[in-house]
Amino acid sequence: MGMTITEKILAKASGRDRVVPGENIWLNVDVLMTHDVCGPPTIGIWKREFGEKAKIWDKQKLVVFPDHYIFTANAQANRNVNILREFAKEFDIPNYYDVGTERYKGVCHIALAEEGYNIPGTVLFGTDSHTCTSGAFGMFSTGVGNTDAAFILGTGKIWEKVPESLKFIFDGELPNYLTAKDLILQVLGDITTDGGTYRALEFDGSTVFAMQMDERMTLTNMAIEAGAMNGIIKADEVTEKYVKERTKAEYEIFESDADAKYRSVYKYDTSKIEPLVAKPHSPDNRDTVRNVRGTKLTKCYIGSCTGGKLSDFMNAAKIIFGNTVKVPTFIVPASTFVARQLEEETISGVSLKQIFENAGCVIAQSSCAACLGGPSDTIGRAADGEVVISTTNRNFPGRMGSKKSEVYLASPYTVASSALTGVITDPREFL
Amino acid sequence: MEKIIKGKAFVLGDNIDTDQIIPAEHLVYSLTDPGELKNYGKYALSGVPLGGAGLPNGGTSFVDEGNYESKFNIIIGGANFGCGSSREHAPFALQVAGAKVIVAESYARIFFRNSVDGGFVIPFDTPQKLNDKIKTGDELEIDLAANKLKNYTSEEEYQLNPLGDILPIIEAGNIFEYARQNNMI
Repeated sequence: MGMTITEKILAKASGRDRVVPGENIWLNVDVLMTHDVCGPPTIGIWKREFGEKAKIWDKQKLVVFPDHYIFTANAQANRNVNILREFAKEFDIPNYYDVGTERYKGVCHIALAEEGYNIPGTVLFGTDSHTCTSGAFGMFSTGVGNTDAAFILGTGKIWEKVPESLKFIFDGELPNYLTAKDLILQVLGDITTDGGTYRALEFDGSTVFAMQMDERMTLTNMAIEAGAMNGIIKADEVTEKYVKERTKAEYEIFESDADAKYRSVYKYDTSKIEPLVAKPHSPDNRDTVRNVRGTKLTKCYIGSCTGGKLSDFMNAAKIIFGNTVKVPTFIVPASTFVARQLEEETISGVSLKQIFENAGCVIAQSSCAACLGGPSDTIGRAADGEVVISTTNRNFPGRMGSKKSEVYLASPYTVASSALTGVITDPREFL
Repeated sequence: MEKIIKGKAFVLGDNIDTDQIIPAEHLVYSLTDPGELKNYGKYALSGVPLGGAGLPNGGTSFVDEGNYESKFNIIIGGANFGCGSSREHAPFALQVAGAKVIVAESYARIFFRNSVDGGFVIPFDTPQKLNDKIKTGDELEIDLAANKLKNYTSEEEYQLNPLGDILPIIEAGNIFEYARQNNMI
């Protein structure tokens, strides 16, 4: 019996020839990532448990990105960033990206890709559920809590249960009104928010391999919305080019065997999928944009690790170009690199930044911002009674702020089209 | 480790995510400072819309206004309890509020790991759905050795799934104690 790509990577990281789903194995971790919300408690547990002798297993393998609560007056949130800063200083952490310096990157999952930490065939753990994003690079990546992260920080090891795999094959040309976001909303509606629990979601098919890394990351990013342990896409020449431009690290490309065992295989003809939304209050509450068109909105939001990448803004700008938004619309580039790209990338000679400014959008600084609500002064936060359409990843009650708000999740095309009308709008009306 | 846990039930629906267990705006408090960490108890389950808080009737706060601890110490959930983010503050908040055990049909992976590895609450899963059989306020007793839940209010008894491989971690207290006992660290 063959193995899946996930099983092969986990076998290598556990020093075995093969692993089977359901086995509990100990893994050697290649990279541990943390941020300002979960980093301070992780450091606290590490110090408590390892005491005076507390030693980081491998400083080069620890990456720390403050990104969640950055641009806030909240003293406790700022204290958390200070704890990271002091820790980086005390232990001389090379891969710390401090706020207020040129090294500041923004949202960790996108920064991991941009800074060359995503390396095919490796194992990456992070103190954030969307750590599964890195799986777009043909690697195993998943989120853990502070205790598990503290254990990794001291030992470089962690136990994990080998997941069964589900395969999603998308074939056909992606119509010009769809993005990867529509495809993953399709999957979430099909398997629901716990259909992936303790499982790997493997994405395959000609549509997927025609995508650039930004779009592939949208697919793996939302694997956690199905409860999955990881999302994964085999590395190909697109991946290799992206990786080689950013790191000299050696990598190993794994792929699933033809006779690998899957719990289920789902096949999609991409040309038959319509623009989709997830209605309040769950990412699996799928409907077509057509069915909810006309729903009145108070706010539009384009940002986050899911929907704040360059390709997301490029897609939004195609629709917004030359128009004016009818409701407050927030543009939150995931990373400072993306923010710079907004000034450099153009449509008909006009920069994306200028296109959004001309349309009346609010452009915010790079961070997680209102994707997860955050402190009360967070830009774009949803207030009582608001109806928001957003390119972010989660719409459980209160996720973007008030639990008396309603959030629709959609693609950048759909959010941009809706921004121009003030009601939920099918992007085919503009494309 | 206590072998028998007695207490009042607080019943919730399916897909209780970590933003409902502890809303993101509260993730700024220290988890070690005693004066500050009690806020995690104060706001535990404060993100659950009132209609779904304390089933079957709803409208019951887990922690009363102005308090830091709950009068309920056994949480009965449905499917996919703890889905959403990786924040370990979620099982921690439940522990700070006084919860000892969660009994749910199923759990999201990261929440389950955090509960066990951090030693915050004991997460039992069940062969059948119980959040439509047990009512908020029911007097319960959980026998950890026998994997049984007894409802004194309704006089019914239910089997829980054994904790299996993770029982030694729970008995040790957390993953670090377990690793030390087994000479892993």
